[in-house]
Amino acid sequence: MKPVPALAEGFPDLSGMRVAREPHWFRWISAALIVLVLAAIARAFANGQIEWSYVSRFLTAKVILEGIVNTMVMAMLAMALGIFLGVVVAVMRLSPNPVLKTVAAGYTWLFRGTPLILQLLLWFNLALVFPTIGIPGLWSARAVDVMTPFLAALLGLGINQGAYTSEVMRAGMLSVDIGQYEAAQAIGMGRLRALRRIVLPQAMRVVIPPLGNEFIGMVKATSLASVIQYPELLHNAENIYYANSRVIELLIVAGLWYLLVVSILTPLQMLLERRFARGTLRLAR
Amino acid sequence: MTKPLVAIRSVSKSFGEFQALRSVSLDVWPGEVMCLIGASGSGKTTLLRCINQLAVIDAGGIWLDGALLGVREQGGKLHRLSEREIGRQRLKTGMVFQRFNLFPHKTALENITEGPTQVQGRKSDEVRAEALELLRRVGLAAKADSYPAQLSGGQQQRVAIARALAMKPMLMLFDEPTSALDPELVGEVLAVMKELAKSGMTMMVVTHELGFAREVADRVVYMDQGAIVEQGRASDVLGAPREERTKAFLSAVI
Repeated sequence: MKPVPALAEGFPDLSGMRVAREPHWFRWISAALIVLVLAAIARAFANGQIEWSYVSRFLTAKVILEGIVNTMVMAMLAMALGIFLGVVVAVMRLSPNPVLKTVAAGYTWLFRGTPLILQLLLWFNLALVFPTIGIPGLWSARAVDVMTPFLAALLGLGINQGAYTSEVMRAGMLSVDIGQYEAAQAIGMGRLRALRRIVLPQAMRVVIPPLGNEFIGMVKATSLASVIQYPELLHNAENIYYANSRVIELLIVAGLWYLLVVSILTPLQMLLERRFARGTLRLAR
Repeated sequence: MTKPLVAIRSVSKSFGEFQALRSVSLDVWPGEVMCLIGASGSGKTTLLRCINQLAVIDAGGIWLDGALLGVREQGGKLHRLSEREIGRQRLKTGMVFQRFNLFPHKTALENITEGPTQVQGRKSDEVRAEALELLRRVGLAAKADSYPAQLSGGQQQRVAIARALAMKPMLMLFDEPTSALDPELVGEVLAVMKELAKSGMTMMVVTHELGFAREVADRVVYMDQGAIVEQGRASDVLGAPREERTKAFLSAVI
């Protein structure tokens, strides 16, 4: 056996040396340019035809606050309906039953294929199709009384959301390893129990970032319900500027509120992600 | 006279064009430890998966503890069992997978208690005590609250064995339980399996660990191209194979 040769010469010891900081000139210059541009835009708005006193006065007006409450209530209820429908439809799409599969695919096709604002208008105007609705012989009512702006907005937003959420949920379920289904079956679980106990909890980790995205979209999509008289934030802001003609000021008020809500939602999503990351390496460390 | 725990008769199974099993017949007797060996694609894993019905056979029949699996004979015809009935039949077998398949969102203890509490509907404190005892038996009493990602491969596979045992199966199926493990972790899993064999559990083990087969198996079955080529006592099949194909396989493996 040959002896192990000694370490070769010509490769000096670097252990005492530090890596020098680089000046990053380009970063400084570009940051300064961006600050200049922003300052110019801010100056333009400050000197423009905006009465900022109206913005600060209406920012906490009672009607605006009611609007934001209605917006949040609608966003949460419609999202809950959307997630419920999304899970059910995703499970149907992944079932071996061709009838369930086709019904689920048809639902997604219909509600993803037409504009949301059109769906809202259809729900709101349902009375034009069915003057009275109910179960024959048991219960009936005039459709105009039942289909309030609230209910029309909830059905329109929630059912539309379900079509999108079902695809998110399906992707999440498909991301779970097939071995997990098999292990669940091997301990005697049926398909639905395996989905509920084993697959869905693991899929949640994958679907929360896109669902957070969808919820933020939903908060803003509620503004479409202004066209069917649901008193959400934008609708109430519009009502004010119809009276006082301060259009831009009130749109800025609404915009600031939407921004605030979305800014609060982002860290909430991170908390939720952490909750469902149980057992993954990132936490195990 | 005792009856075989598993009776496999003329079982065939294809995946599209590929014929994984060709009219396989085999008995497994209570308390027997059987090792299935053979090249990949020889059908040994498929045979295990047919016994716990993760794969559905195309022809033939498998009886487990006297009951026909997956179908019911009625009026000269076979009728497929419902998902619930198949689930109930699966409770008689415990399966250990090559890639462990532990539930990553549950701790070691929760992995073990999931089946007994959720499927068998047993009381949780009683199940918990049993699960802790099983963890002790596989040498992981200290890891009850660890998540799978915090365990080594060998530890995960031992938890998986405990999870299967928690259902109190009559038959344990091992599908290449050490193939996904680093070499230094194989021994700890084999040790648990040896202990289990010694306790009298009926076991079918698909494995490439010929040393384990020689030491523990009552019978070694060599499969090739979906059929059983040779079977017998471990010392005979591994030490003095009669068939040319068995000889070729063994000389390639060792």
